[in-house]
Amino acid sequence: MMMNSLGGDRQRGRRLCHSLLLGLLLLCAALATTASAAVNETQARALLQALDTRSFQAKGEAAQAIADSQATQKTRWLQALLDGRLGKERRGEQFYIVTDDSGREWPLIDAITFADAGSGSRRTVDIFKINNALRTQLQGMIASLSLAEGDERARLAAADRLIGEVSADNVESVRASREQEESQAVRARLGVALALYAAQQGDAGALDTLAGNLDTRVRNSLTTLAAGDGELAAQAQRVLDGIERKRAWYDRAQTLFFGLSAGSILVLAAIGLAITFGVMGVINMAHGELIMIGAYTTWLIQQALPGQPGLALLLAIPGGFLVAGAFGVLIERTVIRFLKGRPLETLLATFGLSLILQQLVRTLFSPLNRRVASPDWLQGAWQINDALSLTLNRLGVLGFCLLVFAALWALMRYTRLGLEVRAVTQNRAMARAMGVRAARVDMLTFGLGAGVAGLAGVALSQLTNVGPNLGQGYIVDSFLVVVFGGVGNLWGTLVAGMSLGVINQVLQPWVGAVLAKIIVLVGVILFIQKRPQGIFAPKGRVS
Amino acid sequence: MTTTALRKLIATSALATTLAGLSAPVLAADDGPIRVGILHSLSGTMAISESTLKDEMLTLIDQQNKAGGLLGRQLEPVVMDPASDWSLYAEQARTLLTGDKRVDVIFGNWTSASRKAVLPVVEELNGLLFYPVQYEGEESSENIFYTGAAPNQQAIPAVDYLMGQGVERWALLGTDYVYPRTTNKILEAYLKENGVADDDIMVNYTPFGFSDWQSIVSRVKDFGSQGKKTAVVSTINGDANVPFYNELANQGIKASDIPVVAFSVGEQELTGIDTAPLVGHLAAWNYFMSVDSDANYDFIDAWVAYTGNKDAVVNDPMEAHYIGFNMWLKAVEEAGTTDVDAVKDAIIGVTVPNLSGGAATMMPNHHITKPVMIGEIQDDGQFSVVWQTPTTVAGDAWSDYLPASKNLISDWRAPLRCGKLDVERMVCEDGAGTN
Repeated sequence: MMMNSLGGDRQRGRRLCHSLLLGLLLLCAALATTASAAVNETQARALLQALDTRSFQAKGEAAQAIADSQATQKTRWLQALLDGRLGKERRGEQFYIVTDDSGREWPLIDAITFADAGSGSRRTVDIFKINNALRTQLQGMIASLSLAEGDERARLAAADRLIGEVSADNVESVRASREQEESQAVRARLGVALALYAAQQGDAGALDTLAGNLDTRVRNSLTTLAAGDGELAAQAQRVLDGIERKRAWYDRAQTLFFGLSAGSILVLAAIGLAITFGVMGVINMAHGELIMIGAYTTWLIQQALPGQPGLALLLAIPGGFLVAGAFGVLIERTVIRFLKGRPLETLLATFGLSLILQQLVRTLFSPLNRRVASPDWLQGAWQINDALSLTLNRLGVLGFCLLVFAALWALMRYTRLGLEVRAVTQNRAMARAMGVRAARVDMLTFGLGAGVAGLAGVALSQLTNVGPNLGQGYIVDSFLVVVFGGVGNLWGTLVAGMSLGVINQVLQPWVGAVLAKIIVLVGVILFIQKRPQGIFAPKGRVS
Repeated sequence: MTTTALRKLIATSALATTLAGLSAPVLAADDGPIRVGILHSLSGTMAISESTLKDEMLTLIDQQNKAGGLLGRQLEPVVMDPASDWSLYAEQARTLLTGDKRVDVIFGNWTSASRKAVLPVVEELNGLLFYPVQYEGEESSENIFYTGAAPNQQAIPAVDYLMGQGVERWALLGTDYVYPRTTNKILEAYLKENGVADDDIMVNYTPFGFSDWQSIVSRVKDFGSQGKKTAVVSTINGDANVPFYNELANQGIKASDIPVVAFSVGEQELTGIDTAPLVGHLAAWNYFMSVDSDANYDFIDAWVAYTGNKDAVVNDPMEAHYIGFNMWLKAVEEAGTTDVDAVKDAIIGVTVPNLSGGAATMMPNHHITKPVMIGEIQDDGQFSVVWQTPTTVAGDAWSDYLPASKNLISDWRAPLRCGKLDVERMVCEDGAGTN
């Protein structure tokens, strides 16, 4: 300012400066007075004090009073109340906001001035409690406070909330906001809300707008309308039938997805077994524990990379494969190769191994389950429409399963190792005579099968508990899939796993989880009676 | 059993107590340590829940020894590991009650199956067992003290609370074994009594360790979107809860749409779950770690100091052992001996402070008085208590809502001493001398 003032006229410059300062001061004073007019400390204290009650209804009224007040801090108060971070000094009159409630000692700020207020704990700060009803109420208040800012998502949520809630009182304002609305999605939502209201008022024409709408509130309102009689009820029933037909298709699609995702887990768990069992004829009871090792590897990598669950999960894919594969090679070298051709003893030895591995994990880590975090991109669901949503973690596992299958198939089909493995499967003696080192093939095959089990463990860590007993739950299912699909056949395993998954999920809602499993088991036993080789018979001759 | 038989029974049991009273001073002459048996699994599937209870008992015994022991004698813990194997519980209970290190009291068990296995052993050998977990009721033993909740101290108040919140439709989900099945039977009878239609109740059971929740959760979602306010009552036990809650979160079921109230999910179980998407789902217990009382803060501080882990959590069954242990101490002091019969008589009516700022009293039916609390899950893995009974509730051994047991009561005081008394016919179906 000084520099820019004309020439060297310092007098004038100084005067200008003075007036500017004065203006600033005045402005500050004006701001201060408006702030104190908004809400002074006593009023703020009174607003917060009203929250200090045991009754949730009184608390709701107090929160509403805050939302209606002129307090500049109100959004932050309501947010802190919603987060369970607003509280009062237990033996005093101060109000605090907890800035971090993760430990046992909490850093605090003063709720009125937002100034730093040292630290406190549960012994010294009484946090204001909220319940579900109040939580919903608070979310509404905060949403309507931020609605003024005109965010499209907030408007969409508000419009969504109006479906079924339009009444004679607010119908005009809803119509008006629909006229003014620019966003197509919000307009459509408001249109549905208005049409539902019109239909409830007896306007049969409005029902056409609702045809094919999958919102459950629309369906529920139409069910009420259809229960009446007259032309309107018949019309409502027709629209309702259309909706139900559409929903039924989406329900079937959803069941199919559930089945495929359950099947993909079975396939992942079984495919490693299909390789070892098929090629070497080894009944590996420790297969489940190899899955568990893959899952624990994921957990370990996550521990090493805190705060990056996504990266850790991606690294766990090769990591789980290598660690479980190494265990597999070790088991093959130290136990299985000495028990060649003695299936019963192999079974017992590997069963013993499975117990040893379980106890090893219990001793090394703990008998408690370990929590493997899911990255953001595997949480929540892909909402296709109101009737169909696919959970992302299941979708991820399904995709992963298909990738693993494709990779394994390509390995068997196009590589030297694959050729040798197939040769040994079909005729061990002949393959050896042709110069294939069967012992080496055995070792690599077992390592490969174990590695794939490790991959299954990585995938399962996203769906279920990671604990010492993780593998036990899958070993029987895996054998079931392998036997059903045909021993040593990759395609058989895929088809068998997927179809058992779908059958199970179709049955589950009807008969319950336990009976569904029994029915599947009995079905497979009967099928094996009829067709001992499984769905796809092995092509080679047993040597 | 006729009334004459009943009278004869009362007479013999009165005689038995007198004899026991006479022999008591002889036993008290022993001045070795007083042995306390701890019968909790430290390995196998139940180790998750039970191993903490063993540690807690060791802490409590240690504290008591530092405070001068009991009757001028030291307490000595005898720790067993039944390895989550129900028959091993019975075997080890026998060892505790007959072996070289014969104990004066046992604190132990978690699942109902293991308690049912131990019951005949403690009755035969006249032992004392303190059982700290919420259970299905429909049982009363002269030798067992139930310091966990009976259904009327947990399930029924929780349903009442939800009815008060406007819930009209109920999905009862449980693990497939005796506790969930009995509890759900009681709840179904109770709901129907309160005018809930058959169509508005859905019941589903899943095996232990179940993880494929997608189609069941999706069915609950459908069940809950029929226009009536719906709630899930969960008696799902053990680690099946983690995938269950994850599936709820992934399918976008929020507590404001379909609240889930659980009877077997506490602070310990929540340590394995990201609770941010679960905020607002409920649990019913008689104690929460977040309860505001100085006794509770002291208890937590002692536990954190013992475990050396500042994130260590405490839960409801731990409070039950805390109460049970203190009740036993007080009863032994009152009786002046650790003799089982004397302690059994002395403990009825004993009142000790609980951790939520109130007091617990041992009732004549061997159950205790407890406050019932409903807590909502918070994003830090703790519960915030949103509702609480104004007074404590006495445990009811035999449910009033099941036709088979609604006339039954249990009263182990002399001269009645009957665990299964039909008050309508005044017939004792299970009392002293009968099993």
